[in-house]
Amino acid sequence: MNLWRMVFTNLRRHRVRTAIGAAGIALGVATMLSVVGLLGGAVKMFERILQSDSEMVVFEKSVSDLFFSNVPVEVAGELEKQPFVKAARPVLFTIITAPGRPVVTCFGISAADPRLGKGEWLQGSAAGFTDHGNGVVVGERAADFLNAKAGGTIELGQSTYPVAGVVRMENGFENGGVFMPLVTCQKEFHKEGLCSVVSVALADGHESAEVKSWIESHHERLTALENEEFSRSYSQFKIMKTTAWVVGGCAFLLGGLSVTNTMILSVFGRIKELAIARVCGFSRGQVARMIFGESLLISAIGTVMGWGLSVAGLYALRAIPQLQGYIDPRIGWKEVAGALVLAVVTALAGALYPAWYAAKLKPAEALRFE
Amino acid sequence: MNKVDDMEVRVEDVWKSFDRGRIEVLKGVTLHVPKGGIVALCGTSGCGKSTLLNVISGLEEVDRGLVRVAGRDVVDEATRIHLLRHRIGYVFQFHHLMPDLTLEENCMVPVIAAGGRRADGLERLHDLAATTGVEHRLGQRVRELSGGERQRGALVRALMNDPELLLCDEPTGALDEKNREMVFELLLELVRARGRTLVLATHDPDLARRCDRCVRMRDGRIEGEGI
Repeated sequence: MNLWRMVFTNLRRHRVRTAIGAAGIALGVATMLSVVGLLGGAVKMFERILQSDSEMVVFEKSVSDLFFSNVPVEVAGELEKQPFVKAARPVLFTIITAPGRPVVTCFGISAADPRLGKGEWLQGSAAGFTDHGNGVVVGERAADFLNAKAGGTIELGQSTYPVAGVVRMENGFENGGVFMPLVTCQKEFHKEGLCSVVSVALADGHESAEVKSWIESHHERLTALENEEFSRSYSQFKIMKTTAWVVGGCAFLLGGLSVTNTMILSVFGRIKELAIARVCGFSRGQVARMIFGESLLISAIGTVMGWGLSVAGLYALRAIPQLQGYIDPRIGWKEVAGALVLAVVTALAGALYPAWYAAKLKPAEALRFE
Repeated sequence: MNKVDDMEVRVEDVWKSFDRGRIEVLKGVTLHVPKGGIVALCGTSGCGKSTLLNVISGLEEVDRGLVRVAGRDVVDEATRIHLLRHRIGYVFQFHHLMPDLTLEENCMVPVIAAGGRRADGLERLHDLAATTGVEHRLGQRVRELSGGERQRGALVRALMNDPELLLCDEPTGALDEKNREMVFELLLELVRARGRTLVLATHDPDLARRCDRCVRMRDGRIEGEGI
């Protein structure tokens, strides 16, 4: 029996205490992974909206939110004339109100934009969506809550628009939004001649640096970033990701308190046993390692349980019809590694006081302890 | 090795007090136990027998004086750990086995502490368990054992790392007469057969008489020898 075996045996013989400690960590891990997974999924979905068939995004420098970015639509046309650009598509992101729905995401796009082509047309067809018409295409979820049907009309903002089609989009934001011809959208929001971003697809054999250099020299108010660069630097994404980790980390630390509690109870409940271990030759370090080992094992069990819980929970959420498309559970290795690191830190921090207390016990005194 | 180093246990003018010096338990105790000696510490409760054993093992630090075991001064943690892992076995009045562990798991604790090989430990465990008659109980949890079996188990645990010195604090004090006799006989047999040193605290004159020497203690001092 080595020290780890003894650690395992100690946990096994106090199953309820072990289970409570592990459950605390499990809830912490589940909350953290769920929050990180949900917000990470949301960020990914938003990234996919921006990255539709393109490698780069052009937007206004120093804006905190893309909804505030104003890029002249001509930039898209100018870019398309460059040999290093295969396609440049302007998109205007807005929020519009509808009866009973204060917030509906609205995408102002040109008829040539490929994103509608990726959806499954449930009603109507792409033919009804033209650059100079005012027919809108409604995502399946939006059609549901707006009671929209192809051939009918819907009220959006101050106006009524004919519905050109209903389309099922994979992306929750798009599926719950409305696609409006760019020019119509600009008029509705008094942003004539402007868009939020220009998605740029590079011509074969050309580099993103060429686009960056061209934008820098021709439009100093704008910036061009590769999609990955944009995701890394966009402050909204950063805020969302940081918030997810902070909220999740706090939940985790609360769960970690249960480990501390468990370990304190565990040490105080077997003071004589620890004293006997010392009499049998255990050093202070071995006693401390045993306590840290127990805490680490509890955290490891809790992490596995929490990971399972979060995956199950996210998939259960995704199965709810009202949430379909909005939840994209993404628990990648980074999230799991983050949870593991937090589990180890929590286990070590949680066991610090109990291990110190156990290690400093004086065996002779502890044996007199009642 | 000179004469002093040949002493298995050497206690010189040891003083020990508790409660910041308010309770003096050992008052200048001097005791020499040669290698292979079997010594009983006799005296009434509170005379300092247990404290003296704790001092010899290093479980209690002395206020002043010298404690030397197997040629090493018991002055620091490293020496104490070395002695408890390799040179000293300790048996208490109460078995102090972990109730939820099996007897085997309990007895393997000293092997873990000393970083010994499991296979070697198990071999020794089965040998000792056969000698003490608890071999068939090794897989049982301690709470399922009788009082006599538990104390024999504690004896096995104390001998697991083959210590040269066995310290026993009223080892039969919590047993009935039949078990007391059995455990004590076993203890003497094991110690004599292996040429080990035994220092035993007891207030039972019958047991003390069967040791090579009986050291009488009273009020924290060595009063003399003999019952």
